[in-house]
Amino acid sequence: MSARQAAQAARRTELPPPGTVLVELDGIGKRYGNVLALADVSTVVRAGEVTCVLGDNGAGKSTFIKIIAGAHQHTDGVLRVDGEDTTFTSPREALDRGIATVYQDLAVVDLMPIWRNFFLGSELRRGPFLDSARMKRTTREELARMGIDLRDVDQPIGTLSGGERQCVAIARAVHFGARVLILDEPTAALGVKQSGVVLRYIAAARDRGLGVVFITHNPHHAYPVGDRFVVLKRGRSVCDAPKAELPRDELVGLMAGGAELSALEHELSADRTAS
Amino acid sequence: MATLTTAAPAPPADERLASTSPLRKALTRPELGAAVGAIAVLAFFLVFAPSFRTGAGVANVLDAASLLGIMAVGVALLMIGGEFDLSAGVQTATSALFATLVAYQLTLNAWAGVGLALVLSLLIGALNGVLLLRTRLPSFIVTLGTFFVLQGLNLAVTKLVTGTVLATGVSGLDGWGSVRAVFASSLSLGGVSVRISVLWWLLLVVVATVVLTRTRAGNWIFAVGGARSAARQVGVPVARVKIGLFMAVSLCGWLVGMITMARSGSVQANLGIGLEFEYIIAAVIGGCLLTGGYGSAVGAALGALIFGMTKQGIPAAQWDNDWYKLFLGVMLLGATVLNDLVRRRVSGDRE
Repeated sequence: MSARQAAQAARRTELPPPGTVLVELDGIGKRYGNVLALADVSTVVRAGEVTCVLGDNGAGKSTFIKIIAGAHQHTDGVLRVDGEDTTFTSPREALDRGIATVYQDLAVVDLMPIWRNFFLGSELRRGPFLDSARMKRTTREELARMGIDLRDVDQPIGTLSGGERQCVAIARAVHFGARVLILDEPTAALGVKQSGVVLRYIAAARDRGLGVVFITHNPHHAYPVGDRFVVLKRGRSVCDAPKAELPRDELVGLMAGGAELSALEHELSADRTAS
Repeated sequence: MATLTTAAPAPPADERLASTSPLRKALTRPELGAAVGAIAVLAFFLVFAPSFRTGAGVANVLDAASLLGIMAVGVALLMIGGEFDLSAGVQTATSALFATLVAYQLTLNAWAGVGLALVLSLLIGALNGVLLLRTRLPSFIVTLGTFFVLQGLNLAVTKLVTGTVLATGVSGLDGWGSVRAVFASSLSLGGVSVRISVLWWLLLVVVATVVLTRTRAGNWIFAVGGARSAARQVGVPVARVKIGLFMAVSLCGWLVGMITMARSGSVQANLGIGLEFEYIIAAVIGGCLLTGGYGSAVGAALGALIFGMTKQGIPAAQWDNDWYKLFLGVMLLGATVLNDLVRRRVSGDRE
């Protein structure tokens, strides 16, 4: 077992009590040259809670994820992990601190079997060789524990449906000791039923004591599982509130850009009467 | 092929899973096309080329396949890892020329030449890899560059040093006897004389197969070729894997170079030019996808065997050698179409 795997195993058994602040963003901003991608965003991610980050395309959601995931570095503000000032220099570093990201493309290799995908980059070995039997068994068990019942872990992951692949990716992150799970629009490409399945896994991960960051542009997906909501608009935070202070309608309004939408409605109906 | 007959261990029955017939399972193996092709080509020449039916004929075919096969193994690994190496052919010449020139000019032990050539080959491989990663250009372009650079160097330096395009003289050096024994001897197997290069080839196929299917490095090779960014995201050291693969191709090139040198004691400066495509074709016939992420070393070996059979079979059947090129083209097209079918089947028909 490598040092990293040992660290992962240790983390798995000692998730902090629910409510503990795992990640805190304080006035985080990111500039790419003279382009301001994100400015003054603050929020917290607690163990056993889901922090939802909502925003339209180009609102800064990707930049937000990349900073917490270690893919990019913030240029303003403070990122605290376990209360400690942190700037990640690589995704690996974030991963080693227990922050795992499930990207929209899921980071899976379509042509490779499910179990090889599950352990990719953290393979179990016996001597110099892969311990395939143990990896297959663990994959099956971990998926079953998340309530995912897959036919055959030896099939290429590309043969699974979008929802199933999403669930495998989440189960993988949870298995490898994620304390904070960042989900990048996990429901964006899914149908209604498949989205429901994924939302259930998000709740399952939360109930296991993980802090979840759920990125989405759909307030109807966010509200049922979310404990805290951050709404981004043009790189700025327009809302950071716990569920108790934010009724569903207000969130939907913020997200839809209430005023803009009614303007659009007006414009469209005007077009119609004009023609 | 073994996979045709061995059934997978029975998983608990699941009503969503139609029972997979062994045939259907075999259809998703990368080697299938090459295995069928090899059998067909063999049957064909057994009928038309009488010399195929003798032990010596088989040994000839294996010999012709072995040098190509050694390179095809390395090139197949690289292609599974998602890259090409057009400099693979001339690299065989570079290592052989370097070993010959350095050992002879400095009157070193022949093994010193062999060892120094190994170092040079690995450096060239690493350079290919580093250039690829630094420039972010496609490997087709980067290795086309090194192909011309090495081709030019091979000819120019050989002419500069020897005044001709032939490097010779190693056969008089200390250690030459053992170099010949390691790289160019023949073994008698059941009364048939088999070149040692065939054993080197088989050894490489076994090593490459074990690495690909049973080790972490193999997992990473499939991953960087199949989905590079996904591999990076889960912590696979993409740069290291790619550089390692280019070095593996160069290692194969060194081995072929040493075998060529040891067989005749001299090296033509234009050795290997044009062979780079044969390696790629052998790998593709063996089931490697041009897009990476899929393939096998056994398949590449079968691809090389098809080449060997054809190379020997066409003259043995007393046909004009020009038919060889036509055959190459047909095989390549057929294999690519088949591979694409396999890929779509494996990846779930989603495009």
